[in-house]
Amino acid sequence: MARVVFDHVSKHFGAVRAVDDVSFDIEDGEFICLLGPSGCGKTTTLRLMAGLEQPTSGRIAVDDRDVTFAKPKERDVGMVFQDYALFPHMTIAENIAYPLKVRGAPAKDRAARTADVAQSLGIDHLLERRPGQISGGQQQRTSVARAVVHKPKVFLFDEPLSNLDAKLRVEARSFLKHLQVELGVTALYVTHDQAEAMALADRIAVMEGGRVVQMGPPLEVYRKPATTFVANFLGNPPMNLVPVKLRLDGGRARLQAAGLDVAVDPGRASRFRDGADLTLGVRPEHLRLVPDAGEATFTGSVYTVEPLGPETLITCTVDGQLVTARLFGDEPPELGDTAHFRIDEHHLELFDDAGVRVER
Amino acid sequence: MPERRTILPLRTGLLFLAPAAIFVVAFIVLPFFWVAVVSFTNRSLTGPGALHPHFVGLTNYLQLFAPRTFLQPGQFGSSLLITGQFVLFSALIGQAVLGLVLAWLFYRRESWVKQTVQTLAIVAWIIPDVVVAFAWSAFLDYGQGTLNHILTGLGLPRVDWLLGVPMLSIILFNTWRGTAFSMLLFSSALGSIPPSHLETADVTGANAWQKLRDIILPLIRTHIVTDLILITLWTFNTFTPFLITGGGPAFRTEVVSILTYRIAFKYFNFGSGSAIGMIMMLINLAFALVYLSLLRRREATR
Repeated sequence: MARVVFDHVSKHFGAVRAVDDVSFDIEDGEFICLLGPSGCGKTTTLRLMAGLEQPTSGRIAVDDRDVTFAKPKERDVGMVFQDYALFPHMTIAENIAYPLKVRGAPAKDRAARTADVAQSLGIDHLLERRPGQISGGQQQRTSVARAVVHKPKVFLFDEPLSNLDAKLRVEARSFLKHLQVELGVTALYVTHDQAEAMALADRIAVMEGGRVVQMGPPLEVYRKPATTFVANFLGNPPMNLVPVKLRLDGGRARLQAAGLDVAVDPGRASRFRDGADLTLGVRPEHLRLVPDAGEATFTGSVYTVEPLGPETLITCTVDGQLVTARLFGDEPPELGDTAHFRIDEHHLELFDDAGVRVER
Repeated sequence: MPERRTILPLRTGLLFLAPAAIFVVAFIVLPFFWVAVVSFTNRSLTGPGALHPHFVGLTNYLQLFAPRTFLQPGQFGSSLLITGQFVLFSALIGQAVLGLVLAWLFYRRESWVKQTVQTLAIVAWIIPDVVVAFAWSAFLDYGQGTLNHILTGLGLPRVDWLLGVPMLSIILFNTWRGTAFSMLLFSSALGSIPPSHLETADVTGANAWQKLRDIILPLIRTHIVTDLILITLWTFNTFTPFLITGGGPAFRTEVVSILTYRIAFKYFNFGSGSAIGMIMMLINLAFALVYLSLLRRREATR
């Protein structure tokens, strides 16, 4: 249980700015996901928190105690690595109990606490085995058990689910979420899987090029992506981004591209001049299929149809540009059909020529 | 069983094998049996044994182990003890521990210090025996030696390395000579430990000693066994100290390989020398069997 503060933290490796002026606060008991593509600095940020790296500048505090240059063991954190890092020469019980052992806890307490944690994680029948003799999912739980056994203030996870197969991953995900809520421990979780971040996090910090480009609750980040990068990174399939030109005509504003024309509230476009290059963003689920061209925002020819069960993904080409729609229940058009789509204005996001979201 | 496809007919294959096989038989297999036979005779290069060698049964062996002389200087037992000390201090403690310390110091570090130390260690390991021995004789010489000049320069008393502390001298020499192998082996062993294992230990709060004891040593255990067995065998059989001390003074550095040489080729007493050779061979065989069984156990636990 702890509050964590990152205050203008940077980490440079030679000329590379792995982490560049990152600031955020984590509330007590909050679950934060660091989300981003490889090389965005999310793992380095986690390692700075663990004390495995030391920042080039800035300050890190846990519960108002400055730990910027404290050693890992002085920070009272529990960490789960991507490869689980279980010690192959120790049994599962010895692995779980190791943090207690190095802290000099009496053998009796160690055994009791280990049995306790193992039971709550459903691995108590494996205690005498060795890591090589249990499955990937069980290894993952063992690694989590070892991270929680000494009741750390902060949990750190470095892509802990990426070595599991898809089905197990979803299972382990809800299990981790449940565990974190139950223990009420502050958690920092690194992942490149946006669905994982959405599902787990109280707040997501999206990172790009060593910076946090947006931080907020999952749905806020999903609905109001701060930049085209975030819009493109969250959601599967991601937000449709179409380059458009702004047309100001009297009191009215329209966004136009080849095969696309949509009116917007002139207030939203007020700070741009006529002919400005903008990007229109719309989530696939906000494209509505309409029967005729009259009410349509754009018309495209169907490029692929992907039935996924509850929904169907329709990808259309609109003047060479691919636009994906997610349809529920509708009778989906077929390959090669011409399809008319409507975008309601309140679902439409605007990004300026630097890719930054335009506030409504 | 499926029929094996062969590239060459058996006869042609044997033909290609023949030159190597002939050399192996001529220089290794035959001498081995010859030595085994000779060790039961009184064959020598001079005296009656040279003209008419005859079987003497276990006499040579009984002489080696004669309780009255066994531990006297220049005798087999004393030589075995000296060899034991030599192996213990120069190989097991010197080379292995120093090699591990160096490998650990330079683990995950890149610097000119690492490059220099590693290069020097490897150079010490690969230059020929005779060159090295000459350099060390010059280094350790009482009157003109480099080491004593350095000591004098530092205001310390001179040490008579070769006559006063000959055992220490050859132990230092052999440690210097062979540490590179252990260092390289342990470096690669440490390199095979995933970094996350040690980082986990860091995060859980293990100190340096706990990391070494609980994580590193168990993870490189098989490498350690391999290293210890190999350097034990090599040090047990090495003859290089002869080039520095000649086994002296007064047999104080006469390890078994030098003893064998002295009995067989200085006193020309082939029978007795062969008997020592046979016992050395048995000791080596014991080491090798231990090594093989440990290796097999490692395969089995995988």
